[in-house]
Amino acid sequence: MPLYPPKPDKVYFFGTCIIDAIFPRAGLSAIRLLEREGISVVFPRSQSCCGQPAFNSGFPDEARQVARRQLNTFNRDYPVVVPSGSCAGMMKHHYPELFAGDRDKERAFRFSGRVFELGQFLTDVLKIRLADHGNPLKVAWHSSCHAMREMGVIKNAKALLAQLANVQLTELEREYECCGFGGTFAVKHPLISGAMVRDKIDDIVQTGAKRVISGDCGCLLHIRGALDKCGLDVETQHLAEFLWERTNG
Amino acid sequence: MTDIGRDRILQRLHKAAAQAPDLPPTACLPIAAYDRAQRLERLTTLMSAMRTQIEVTTARDWLDRLREILKNRNLRSLLYSPETDLGRELKAAWPTDPQGLPALCTWKGPIEEFKDELFQIDASITTTLGAIAETGAIVLWPDDKEPRLMSLVPPVHIAVLGSDRIYNSFCEIIQAEKWADHMPTNALLISGPSKTADIEMTLAFGVHGPRELIVLIIDET
Amino acid sequence: MAEPARFDFKQNIAKALKDNQLRNNLRSAMDGLRVKRQDVFDDALELEELRRYGNAVKERALSRLPQLLEQLEQKCTQNGIQVHWAETTDEANHIVLEILQRHKATLLVKGKSMVSEEMHLNRFLARHGIEALETDLGEFIIQLDGETPSHIIVPAVHKNKDQIARTFHAKIPGAPYTEDVEALNRIARATLREKFKAGHAGLSGVNFAVAETGTLCLVENEGNGRMCTTVPPVHIAVMGIEKVVEKLEEIPPLLRLLTGSATGQRITTYFNMITSPRNSGEKDGPLEVHLILLDNGRSRIYADPKLRQTLYCIRCGTCLNHCPVYTRLGGHAYGFLYPGPIGKILMPQIEGLPAAGDLATASTLCNACEEVCPVRIPIPTLIRRVRNESYDASDAAAMPGHGYRRNLMEIITWKTWALVNSRPALNRLIIKLAGRLGRLMPAIGPLKAWTQVRSRPRFAPKSLHQLIREKGVPND
Repeated sequence: MPLYPPKPDKVYFFGTCIIDAIFPRAGLSAIRLLEREGISVVFPRSQSCCGQPAFNSGFPDEARQVARRQLNTFNRDYPVVVPSGSCAGMMKHHYPELFAGDRDKERAFRFSGRVFELGQFLTDVLKIRLADHGNPLKVAWHSSCHAMREMGVIKNAKALLAQLANVQLTELEREYECCGFGGTFAVKHPLISGAMVRDKIDDIVQTGAKRVISGDCGCLLHIRGALDKCGLDVETQHLAEFLWERTNG
Repeated sequence: MTDIGRDRILQRLHKAAAQAPDLPPTACLPIAAYDRAQRLERLTTLMSAMRTQIEVTTARDWLDRLREILKNRNLRSLLYSPETDLGRELKAAWPTDPQGLPALCTWKGPIEEFKDELFQIDASITTTLGAIAETGAIVLWPDDKEPRLMSLVPPVHIAVLGSDRIYNSFCEIIQAEKWADHMPTNALLISGPSKTADIEMTLAFGVHGPRELIVLIIDET
Repeated sequence: MAEPARFDFKQNIAKALKDNQLRNNLRSAMDGLRVKRQDVFDDALELEELRRYGNAVKERALSRLPQLLEQLEQKCTQNGIQVHWAETTDEANHIVLEILQRHKATLLVKGKSMVSEEMHLNRFLARHGIEALETDLGEFIIQLDGETPSHIIVPAVHKNKDQIARTFHAKIPGAPYTEDVEALNRIARATLREKFKAGHAGLSGVNFAVAETGTLCLVENEGNGRMCTTVPPVHIAVMGIEKVVEKLEEIPPLLRLLTGSATGQRITTYFNMITSPRNSGEKDGPLEVHLILLDNGRSRIYADPKLRQTLYCIRCGTCLNHCPVYTRLGGHAYGFLYPGPIGKILMPQIEGLPAAGDLATASTLCNACEEVCPVRIPIPTLIRRVRNESYDASDAAAMPGHGYRRNLMEIITWKTWALVNSRPALNRLIIKLAGRLGRLMPAIGPLKAWTQVRSRPRFAPKSLHQLIREKGVPND
C-alpha cells in the first residue's frame, strides 16, 4: 500500500477558526495553490473550529460537540487539507481519542485518516514544483510544536521553501522550543507565555531576517503580537500566503 | 499496623489488576555483538572517556606494570586480599622494603573494627568478575575475601581484569552466567572514578569514592 | 508537601521569572543536559526501540503489580531483607523511626531519595532528635540552606558556585571561602567522609527492585549511595510501590534509558545491586536491611487504567530538561516535590486537585516531554485529563477533589463557544462582528492578559468565509 494516496480531483479545505477571523489571506492563498495544481477545492460553509481550544482546556464534551459539526460537514470521502499543523494534529491524532466510546467513533476514525496538513499535502501528495518569481529574501522559519511533534511535517515545509530559488532560509537557534502560545495558556499564564515569546522573538531578530514564516497561524498571531508590542520591524506570514506571493504571476 | 496496611494496599491493587488485560512478556532486545578485539577496544575507549586509567598488559608483566604505575606516587598503603590468587601473586612479588611503593596491608575483622583504619588507606587492589563492552564498565561481586568497601573507600582503586572476561553487554553477562539464580549480597558495575556535576554542572572527580580508577587488563591474545 | 494555603502559583511564577540569575543557571544547565542526552542517544532508531521496550516492560510490570510486589516481598524476606508496607508517608516515617530507635541511632546518613523527600523524613526525624544528613552533594548543598530540591536529578541546579561558596563558608565549620569547584568538592568530601564513618544507619531510595531475585538497584555517580548502604550497620531503603520490575534481564535496557535520559550518560559511575544484608563470613555491609514499600496514593492512581501510566515514571527528569516552562521557572515555583511535566500529572493525583490541580494549567501542550520520555508516558494527554477532572464534578472522574475549578463563568464560556461553533449562521455572524467591532473590544479579562505582552489581535475586515463566497469556491 502506498504511503500517500494518488493525486485526487477534489479536496475539502478546512480553513481553521484563526485563519477565518484573522488571517483569511493565508486561507485564500492555500486554496489558490491547490487550485493551481488542478485540484478542485470544496470549502463547506458550515465548517467552524476543530475543537482543540475546549479539548485542551479540559472541556471534552464541548470539544466533541464542535468536532462532530466538522464530521458532519466534511462527510464525503475527499481528503481534508488543513493549513495548520495544530488543527491537523487535533483532527488526525486526537479525534479518535475524543470519540472513543462515542456513536461516531468509526466515523471519526475514518475522518482522521483523510486529514492532511497543507505542506504535507503539497509535497507528498501533489509533488508540487514551485518557480520563484520574487526578489532575493532572507526569511526565518518557525516550527509549531504540533506541526513538528504531532504531524511531523516540518521537513515538508522546509522542502517547499527550499524550492524557492531566491529565498534564503535561516534556522532559529531554538527552533524546537515552543513560542508560548498554547491557546488559552497565553491568557491563563501571560507571564510565562510572555517570557517564552520574548525569547522566541530574540531568536528571530538574531537571524537578521525581516520576515518569519510559519505553517500555523496560532503561533503567528502570538509572535506577531509580541513583535508589534516590542515595536520590532519583522513581518510574519503564513507559509501558504508566502508561497503564493512568491510563485504567482 | 503494617500488616493491615499491606493487606489493604494489595487488596486495592489486586482489585484493579484483575480488570487489566494479560500482557505477554516483553521480548528481550537484541544483544550487541562485538568480536574479542572490539570488546577490548570499546571497553578501553568508553572507560577512558570516564577518566579510568586502562592498562593492557600480560600475566607475566602485570606486576611490573603495577609497580611502575604506583612508584613514587606517595601512596603509603595498598589494601589487598591475601586469599585470592591475585593477592597471593602480589604478595609474593612485592618487595619487603617497598621503596617509593605503598606497603601492602590487609582487611582485619568486620568493618566495625576496621573502619578507622580503612578510611586511612591510600589505595586498594581487587579482582573483577568481568566487564561490559557495550556501556564500558567493570563488574565486581565483592565477597568475604574482597569486601565491598575495598572498591569504594581508598582514594585509588586498582582492578584487575582478564580480557577473556569482557562480555558484549550487561544483558549478556546476566543471561550467560545465570545471575538470576544466584545473586550475591552485592553486585556492582563501575565505570570510572567517583564523580559529581552538582555544582554548576562542572564535572569533578573523587567526591566520595575513589579519585582514581586504574584497570589492569590481562590480555593473553 | 507545601501547605496548599500558602501555595500561590501565580506569585511563585512572577517571582521566578524576575530572577535572572535563576534563568541563567537553569538555561545553561538544561541546555547541557539536553545536548548530552542527544549525544548518548545518537541512534534515533535504537532509541525508539529502547523506549518502546521501556514502555512495554513498565506496562507489563504494572499489569502484574500486586503479584510482583508479593514476589518481591517473598524473595527479599528469603534473602534476609525485612520488608515493611506503608499506606501513607506518616506510616513510612514511623517505620523508619522505629527501626532507628531500636538501634539507638541518632545520625542517619542518606543517599538521594525522592521518596524520602515525599515523606518529609528529615523534618520528621529532627522532631524526634535524629539527624538525617543528606550526602549526595546536591542534596547536601540545599540541606545546608534549608531548601528543597528544585530538580529531580540535579537538586541544586538553581544555585551557582558563588552562592554555594557562601553557603559552605557560612555553614560548614572551618570551611574557607572559595569559588573553585574542585575545592568546594573537597570540602564536601572531607566533611561527609567523617559522617559516613560515624553514621548509625544509612537510608537510600531504590531505582529498580527486581521481583524474581529480591534485588534493590541503585544508580549513582558519587559513591555516597554505596557509602550509605555499606558502611553503617543498618540500611533502610524506601521505594514507591511502582518501582518493581519482574526480571533481572529487564534491568539493563531500563538502566540505559534512565542514565541516558537523566544525565546523558551511557552508564553511571556505580550501579549498585543489593540482594541481602551481610552474610556470615562477610566483613562489611549492613547487618540489617529494611525495605519500606510506600503507597501514598499510588494504588489509587493504579486503579484507573489511563492514569496508571503516570506510574511508569522512572524519575529521570528529562521531561523537566525539555520543558519550556520548567526551564524558565525552575522547580521551586511549582511548590511541590515533583516539578515540571511529570509533576503536573503526578502531584495533582497524589495531593488532590484542590491543592495541586493548578499545576496542570502551566503547559502549552507542546509535547516536548512526551517526545523524550524514556517510557513513553503520554504526559500531554494526562495533563488534559487533569484539566478535565478539575472541572468534572461527576462520578466519572477519578482524582481526589475533582471538580474543584468548576465555575459558572467558564462553563458558560465553553457552552457558548460550543454553540457558536456548531451553528454556522451564528458563527459567521460572530466572526463578522469581530471583524467590524474587534478593535473596540475593551481590554478586560483574557484580552487584558493577552495585551500584557502582545498587541491586540487584528481581526480581518472580511473573514475567510466572506472572501470565499465572493470568490465563489464551491460549497459542496
